[in-house]
Amino acid sequence: MNDIFTTLIAERWAYLLTVVMIIIGLHAMMMKRNLVKKLIGMNIFQGAIILLFIVHAYKFGASVPVHDAVLGDHPEAYMNPIPHGLMLTAIVVSVATTGVALALLTLIYRRFGTIDEIELLQKLREEP
Amino acid sequence: MSGAHGAEAVVDHAVSMGQSHLPILVILPLLLGCVLVPGLGLWRRRWAYPLTLVAFALSAYFAFRTLFAVLEGGPLHYTLASWAPPVGIELAVDALGAFVAAVVSIIALLVAVYAGEAVRRENPVREVPFFGMMLVLLLGLTGMVLTGDLFNLYVFFEVSSLGGYSLMAIGHKKAPISAFRYLIMGTLGASFYLMGVGYLYLLTGSLNMADVAGIISTMGLNPALLVSLVMMVVGLGLKMALFPMHLWLPDAYTYASSTSTAIIAPIMTKISAYVMIRMLFFVYDWDLFLNVHHIGDIIKWLAIAGVFVGSIMAIGQKDAKRMLAYSSVAQVAYIGVGIGMANPLALVGAMLHIMNHAAMKSCLFLVTGSVAMQTGAQRLKDYAGLGRRMPWTFAGFTFAAMAMVGLPPTNGFFSKWYLVLGGIEDGEWPMVGLILASSLLTAVYFFRLLERVYSKVPGEEQKPAGAEDPSFRMRLPILLLGVGVLVLGLFNAWFVSRVLSQALPHGMSLPGF
Amino acid sequence: MDAAMTFESTRPLWAVLVSLIAIPLILASTRRPNLRETWTLLAALIKVGLVLSMLPWVLGGRTAVCTLWQFAPGIELALRVDTMGYIFALVASSLWVLTSFYSIGYVRGAGEHKQTRYFATFALCLSATIGIAFSANLLTFVIFFETLTLATYPLVLHKETDIAKAGARKYLCYTLPAGLCLLLVTAWCVSLTGTAEFTPGGFLQGVGLSTESARWMLVFFILAVGVKAGIIPLHSWLPAAMVAPTPVSALLHAVAVVKAGVFGVLRVTGYVFGPEMLREIGAWTALAWLAAFTLTVASLLAMRQDNLKRRLAYSTVGHLSYIVLGAALLSGTSWTGSLLHLMFHATMKITLFFCAGAIYVRTHKENISDMHGIGRQMPFTMAAFAVGSLGLAGIPGVNGFVSKWNLAVGALHADQVVFVVILLISGILNAAYFFPIVHVAFFRKNKAFPSYGEASPFMVVPLCLTALLSIVLGIAPNLGVHAWDLARGVAAAVTGAAP
Repeated sequence: MNDIFTTLIAERWAYLLTVVMIIIGLHAMMMKRNLVKKLIGMNIFQGAIILLFIVHAYKFGASVPVHDAVLGDHPEAYMNPIPHGLMLTAIVVSVATTGVALALLTLIYRRFGTIDEIELLQKLREEP
Repeated sequence: MSGAHGAEAVVDHAVSMGQSHLPILVILPLLLGCVLVPGLGLWRRRWAYPLTLVAFALSAYFAFRTLFAVLEGGPLHYTLASWAPPVGIELAVDALGAFVAAVVSIIALLVAVYAGEAVRRENPVREVPFFGMMLVLLLGLTGMVLTGDLFNLYVFFEVSSLGGYSLMAIGHKKAPISAFRYLIMGTLGASFYLMGVGYLYLLTGSLNMADVAGIISTMGLNPALLVSLVMMVVGLGLKMALFPMHLWLPDAYTYASSTSTAIIAPIMTKISAYVMIRMLFFVYDWDLFLNVHHIGDIIKWLAIAGVFVGSIMAIGQKDAKRMLAYSSVAQVAYIGVGIGMANPLALVGAMLHIMNHAAMKSCLFLVTGSVAMQTGAQRLKDYAGLGRRMPWTFAGFTFAAMAMVGLPPTNGFFSKWYLVLGGIEDGEWPMVGLILASSLLTAVYFFRLLERVYSKVPGEEQKPAGAEDPSFRMRLPILLLGVGVLVLGLFNAWFVSRVLSQALPHGMSLPGF
Repeated sequence: MDAAMTFESTRPLWAVLVSLIAIPLILASTRRPNLRETWTLLAALIKVGLVLSMLPWVLGGRTAVCTLWQFAPGIELALRVDTMGYIFALVASSLWVLTSFYSIGYVRGAGEHKQTRYFATFALCLSATIGIAFSANLLTFVIFFETLTLATYPLVLHKETDIAKAGARKYLCYTLPAGLCLLLVTAWCVSLTGTAEFTPGGFLQGVGLSTESARWMLVFFILAVGVKAGIIPLHSWLPAAMVAPTPVSALLHAVAVVKAGVFGVLRVTGYVFGPEMLREIGAWTALAWLAAFTLTVASLLAMRQDNLKRRLAYSTVGHLSYIVLGAALLSGTSWTGSLLHLMFHATMKITLFFCAGAIYVRTHKENISDMHGIGRQMPFTMAAFAVGSLGLAGIPGVNGFVSKWNLAVGALHADQVVFVVILLISGILNAAYFFPIVHVAFFRKNKAFPSYGEASPFMVVPLCLTALLSIVLGIAPNLGVHAWDLARGVAAAVTGAAP
């Protein structure tokens, strides 16, 4: 038991946080009725993945991935910059998607007066 | 490495790996179009469409040149910004990628020809953004096909999705609702894919597909690898509308405008299927995961369930586009069946079906769009007797419908032929039986519609308003696709022997050549 | 088949393509009926000319082959003019000429709608039929077979009434699953042998097929071709399809579609499995009894029908099983009988259908009970009907006797006396359901009949010609196209026996 505690929580608590965020995000995307909350859930989910990458980039005792004359050319001295770069791109993608989603939500609200999923599904099923 | 030695090594590496500018040239016209069309279009609206058409035509031209170059000389590579892989991002085009890119670009071009007039009639106000979004969509899709980098694929994936969401939101009053649902589910799918990529990066330290494949082949079975595979399958399955993750598709296709559906339906889910093939067979060790660990079986059975669910739902539909949407669920599931069976013949069937279904479905959606625009008919019962009034349109429809049912010598027959052959090779008789039985279901809803279209409507002698064939620009793609369905069927052996046999992954080869 | 005797020729391809080429011409001449009909007639004449021109090749034992391109890995789209295919092609193409003349008289006399669609689809059907006849391998066969299904559907649906729609749907409900069975077994054969070329005596021996699997394969094959061949219980579509215009019923359902089905049975038993293999797996008994059952039950059902065309439909079901029976008996003479019956039944049955159509056009009567005394009004028509009936019942002097005789002798050769008895009984049943029609037509009076007179010469001339042909072939079966020699040639090739 102690072993699991040490391995899973103490050493890898960041990944655990990722899992928790994924669950929150998924729950929000599926269970919440309000479309804005779904969108927020989506953002949380994407944030979790970003966190996953970033956490992986960390090295114990390493510095930020900016070249420093003092530290020299040793890779162990710097954190892995690639995931950081990738995640900057992922954040941009997330922002763009959120933008489109918000535009859609505005349109929906203007047309139907509600952003509640159940009500909207009802309107969807009605005859045109 | 000293400078000169390093440069020589790079050059040698380049020559031996088939460096060429062609891959980027396929993407470049679309990229420039994305920028120019909205920009110039807002200034002079009339320039938007010709620019779009030119961009699509150029992209298609280069896609075909790439295809022939790959067939002759082997895979092509292009390194972006001269950072050599595996550190840098490269575009890597093998036979499969070139094939899919060519299919996508030609279908898009045909739909673009149709769109010129269709968009003006359906969405005159938002013409410029519409064409801009079409370009964004194609940019994303083409990029996905041609890239050789896992993360780059994600970026293009999301780019294409953004284009897709926007296009889907234009149309019917209810379109934004279904577009939003698609957005949520699509982003979920792409995020799962990204998680899979994350795990792969954690395990292998690389993002280049070829590199990762090499490392994975030495790794054997690793729980983290299995998890990443599963996440990718789930993510891509969501985007591909593989049962049971297909629920977003019917609404999305039904409420979007006819041109949106015509461009999205034939290619978007297909590209996700392509990515699944690329991942499962070319990155992961397919034999290990699909055969030994039965992931293939799971995909196969889910897919055949999707075929039946899609077909049965299609039979019960009263709206034409909704029927075709469920039909799409069923047809993409065939590709899933081919992937799941994981033997050369079935995989060839799946790859062939990518091309075949793209041709058939685009024709069908173009027809429903034309009918909606010419007569306002959206429901199936309003299609009665139209065969006589719109003969050319429905001639194309008839060919495409026969291909969907799988009647020889149309191309649909051959997709099923290879799938069935693949099933027999593996001794999967239940699967073979199910594949064949599903054709009957498809026949029910298509023949029912054909019977209605070609019968005389009692008591109606004069034409309803506008019931005649649409203009040449809208008719031409329909007819080309209708004839194409027949030609692709008759000459399918050329595709299989010249293109697809080269497109098979390691460890698979096609018998009989 | 001697490899040295095969040679390349495009003539089989042209025979298939002639009517395909006619289709756009027909569609384009929709406003000028005479021109449109000329295209049909021209195509029919050219087609039969091409087919007849190949007769010397076939009689001389030379096989024309036309290979198109590769269709699927290892399989080519190929046509081959072997004797059996030639027989079928000859029957279909020669009778198409007569049916075309008859069609013209019928559709104009009955005022049918959508005549252009009718003629164009008819041409497509004939292309498909010749394609079936000349298919060199299973995959080519499948393609033309399914095309025939598709091409005949609009013709069954032609009148577009509710009954027509129901009949057409029933047709599809039977033929489409059959097509899928065919796809299944073709794929199976291809995965076993690589090419699935039709070979006299079969190509499935020595391929490693267990008896159990071979029996299953035969079951699926028979399901596939048996629908069109009208084997009970797969036959129900045929009476329902009688709702089509009579020329359609005549050519397609008495000659082309159903003969394509039995042709398929012959190909399966003779050229895919082969007599030896069928004996090995012990399947021929089942097939023979199935055929016997069909032909008896169909005759009994025919007696109960009042609608003339439905009676003829059940009669067709019965006679098709004669052909299947002959194939299943696996002896040289029975095969000769089968092939002769394929040809001769066609001429007789088409005569009967032509008569039914002529009566309908003139009097709008479909039921036998309404046809009392019609013989007086339409003597030529009913005389031809009488000839056809005599032949189908097996009376000497008409060609039906020759084929039945061979079938009976073939049954004796195969030591199956019971089938001889069955054949005799069915001959009597045939008489029982045909002769009353003739009797009623000539010897009953119906005072309420206005005077009708014969139908148009377009219709009467063809039916007289086919009746005459039946008599001529009954007296001299080898006259003209050497039907006898052709049939014997096939039997020898398949069974290896000197007949």
